[in-house]
Parts: sequence; structure tokens; C-alpha cells
Amino acid sequence: MDRCAAGEMLKNNFPEAVRGVEEFRGETTVTVDNGMLREIMRFLKEGETTRYDLLVDVAGVDFGGESPRFMVAYMLHSLKFNNRLRIKTRVAEGAALDTVSDIWKAADWFEREVYDMFGIAFKSHPDLRRILLTDDFAGHPLRKDFPLKGHDFDKPVTVCFDQEEEIS
Amino acid sequence: MPETSLMTINMGPQHPATHGVLRLLLELDGEVVVKAVPHIGYLHRGLEKLAESMTYPQALTLTDRLDYTSGFSNNLAYCLAVEKLLDINVPKRAQYLRVLLSELQRIASHLLWLGTHALDLGAMTALFYTFRERETIIEMMELVTGARLTPSFVRIGGLAADIPETFLPRVKAFVAEFPARVDDYETLLTKNIIWKKRTRNIAPLSGEECINYGVTGPPLRAAGVLYDVRKAYPYSSYEDFDFEIPLGKNGDVYDRYLVRLQEMRQSNRIVGQACEKLPEGPVAATDAPLVVPPAKDEIGKDLAALIRHFKIMEGGFLPPRGEVYASIESSKGELGFYLISDGTNKPFRMKVRTPSFVNLGALPRMIVGQMIADVVAAVGSIDIVLGEIDR
Repeated sequence: MDRCAAGEMLKNNFPEAVRGVEEFRGETTVTVDNGMLREIMRFLKEGETTRYDLLVDVAGVDFGGESPRFMVAYMLHSLKFNNRLRIKTRVAEGAALDTVSDIWKAADWFEREVYDMFGIAFKSHPDLRRILLTDDFAGHPLRKDFPLKGHDFDKPVTVCFDQEEEIS
Repeated sequence: MPETSLMTINMGPQHPATHGVLRLLLELDGEVVVKAVPHIGYLHRGLEKLAESMTYPQALTLTDRLDYTSGFSNNLAYCLAVEKLLDINVPKRAQYLRVLLSELQRIASHLLWLGTHALDLGAMTALFYTFRERETIIEMMELVTGARLTPSFVRIGGLAADIPETFLPRVKAFVAEFPARVDDYETLLTKNIIWKKRTRNIAPLSGEECINYGVTGPPLRAAGVLYDVRKAYPYSSYEDFDFEIPLGKNGDVYDRYLVRLQEMRQSNRIVGQACEKLPEGPVAATDAPLVVPPAKDEIGKDLAALIRHFKIMEGGFLPPRGEVYASIESSKGELGFYLISDGTNKPFRMKVRTPSFVNLGALPRMIVGQMIADVVAAVGSIDIVLGEIDR
């Protein structure tokens, strides 16, 4: 199956969920509604004619003032048919996306990273914790309104060893 | 029934066998690992955030610092993504030199891996041999790029400069002698009974599990799954070269070792072919004057060239709106850059898909049920670099 066919097939199978199919520089991107995300992903992974069995990457994007504010892009690869597909879905601030970590195990860490960097929650994720930053980190750094130098750039660093003793 | 209790220990972040600052929280029943939770992020520098504040040419220098054992490959992956976004063609000579240098870099990275992995498992001798050849490669890289580890030599549209005359004879000499060197490493390890006992059937991961966890690179191919970006989506003229993709069967530490050794031999073949077939011509795109800065001697003679040089260096260039994903097969697996452009001179979003990050995610699956001493073998066999995990 060639790449363009995946967009057509999704349009036929999920007419109410597909928002658009784009071609740019030979890459196909399908924008879908986040309500049907899990069904679409399961279809793409398990369908005989699609078989996108490798989840290559998941990327969060913050569009700042736009509404819905965030976008999550999933890069898929089919080992059988040797082609790539990108699925994008928009998500509003404060809303949660459905996890795909039970469809691909790889999504576990990817979704944790998106959560860590953007604060987008994933429903039914088995272990939704920050992954790169510390648990007590304030804010989500890849959001556009997060300052490049961080909130505490010019404040003295305090390292707490326990409640009573503080060394600064 | 005697009372048993589990013991929780921290392996790392400061531990020589974790190859950086990886912290593993291990729960042990005697010597058997019951649960393993990797904690990462100690080396997080916010590369993706930083890139959003830099012009496209500036952000190149960030990529060297991802996988610092193969800086050249990282540069290549980034430039391929930007070139795809701009839709510019790179001259053949530059493409062949990119292949040549990134395969040399792959050999250097695998040599570093082999030496340290063997050292982790108690076979110290291999390190002295592999570092000798790695040094030869790094000196050649220095000859061409001026840097040992962070070359920033691939530029958007081509390369920073052509190779010096003394380079190719040195590469040819290396290509001629290297297969015998790999034979040397093999005599040390491949049939060594202690090496086999420490690596065979240790931390196995089946092909299906690898795919499910998104594992790419040598660990995936050691499990018998054929996926190599160089063959799947040939970039930089890889389709012109004749090479094979070595596959393993069992997906254990030993097969990962065998696959990487074979890969070094194949990379050596590619380097040899690139030397033979290297065409003449420019090393940077000639039809993209707004992207590729003019040559130094032009700047001295032509005022327009001087202005153009200044504008590119100071403000970068304006790619069209759109988004692209480009990836390469780095020494660790699929290294991809997802770039979103909003039409300004800075990337709106740069997401780096680093192989070590994804491959490390499968580590708990590999080591649960194994002995604690084998955790070191498992971590070493994925060949992680924390610089690209934490970004």
C-alpha cells in the first residue's frame, strides 16, 4: 500500500474523525479528532493493509495562543510495507488524550515525555510521571510561555538534604 | 518457609558501568532482579527548547552534543531534515563524503562500545585494541573537521569544506588494515568461553517485543528483524553502495555483539567504496544562494557576496511553512529530527527522536528475572549515550 492510500483508507473508515490529509515533501500527515484516536491507532497497527507496527516517535507541540492549544504528532512506520505515516491530533489545555501505550509499549516513555514537557495528560497511562525533569519541577519547559532561561535563573540554588538542614 | 524480603538498591547515577548518569532503581530478590525502574534526565540541557531560540544554522551545534560518540551522524540527521524542509539538493561529492565520514564515525562509535562493553564484563584487553583504531579514526576526523568529537562539519546544503589531500590515502590505509583488526577482536572474544557465558541468553528480547518497544538499531537486528534506515529510506546516496545488513537470531547480548562486529566490517566496505567512487565537484549546494554562504575568497572580492554572507550568518534564512521528519541510521538506531517551520528563521519546534531513549525504555523488560551481574551486560549491550537520552 502506498502512502497516500493510508489517508484515503482512514477517510473511508473514519469519515467523521479525519480532519485533513496533507502531503508535504513526500510525507503524509493525517489530522484526526482526538476522540477516535485509539480506534484509529489500533486500526493502523492491526489492519492487514496498514500494519504500522513501529511507533517511531511522539512529539508534542505548543501553538501558544491558538485554540486548541496543543498538538501531538505520532510518527508511524510499517515494517511490512516500508512506509511512514504521521498522525496528528489537537488537544486543548487542561484536556487529556487517550493513551496508546497499550497499543505500542514504546508510547509509555514518549507520552511521559510529552506530559513532562507540555503538561498534556494521557488517560489510562500506566505510569504518568515526569521523565526527564525532577518531580518538584515547576512548569512545563517546552510550552511557549515558559521563559528560555527558566523561572529561577537568577535565584540562588538551594539544595535540601532534609527538612531541618538546608545548605545554600 | 523462611522469611524473605526484597532489597532495593540504586545503581548509579554515578556508576562506571552505566555509561553516563543513568540511575537504575533495582528491586532484588537475592541476586535476581524483580523490578527495575530507570531514572533519567540528569543530563537534560533543554536542547529542543534552545533550538527554538536559534536560527537553523546555529542550532546545528546543539546536535553534536546529543550522541557525543558520533557527532558527525547527528549533524547529518539535522541537516537532512532542514534540507528536506528547504527542498535543496546536495551535490554528489558532498553526499559521498557524508557517507564516508558517517561510516567512519559508526566504526569509531562501535569501537568505543566494544572496548567499554568488554571492560564492563571483565575482558579488559579488548579496550586497548579498540581504542588504538578509534584513535586513528578520530585523528582522521580531526584532519578533516578540525575537531575530535564535536565536528559540526555537515552544513545545511553540503559540507563546511572539502577534504584535505592527505585524507584519502590515510582512509585507504585504514580500510585495508581494519578487517584484520576486527579479526583480532574476534579472537579475543567471539569464541571465548567466559565471554559466551556472560553474554549468551542474557537479557534476550524477541523481535516482536523489540518492535512493540520501538527498539531500533543493532538490538532490533540482533533479534532478526530487518530494519535499517539506510536501506528502508536511503538518504545521502546510500543506494549507490553495496553493503549488507547483518542480522542475529536470539536477540541476546551475544547476538548484539556479533551484529555490531559485522556492522563494522560492512561500514568498512562502504568507506572503501566511497573512496573509490568519490566524484569531483563542489561540496555545497550551488543553487541555494540564500542558504549556503559564499566561499571565503569570494567575500574578499565581491561586496554582494559579503552582504549575503553576513545576512546568512546573522539572520539565517526563511524556510517555507511546513513540517518534515528526516532520519538516519546512527550507530545506536534510528535518529530522527521532526522540524516544524512557521516561516521564520528559527525552528518553531524541533523534536529529536533519539535511539538510546527508546531503546532504554525496553531495559526493564530485558533485565527483570535476570541476575544483577547481568544488568551491566544488558545496559552495555544497548549502547546507550545519556547525552541523547536526556537531551
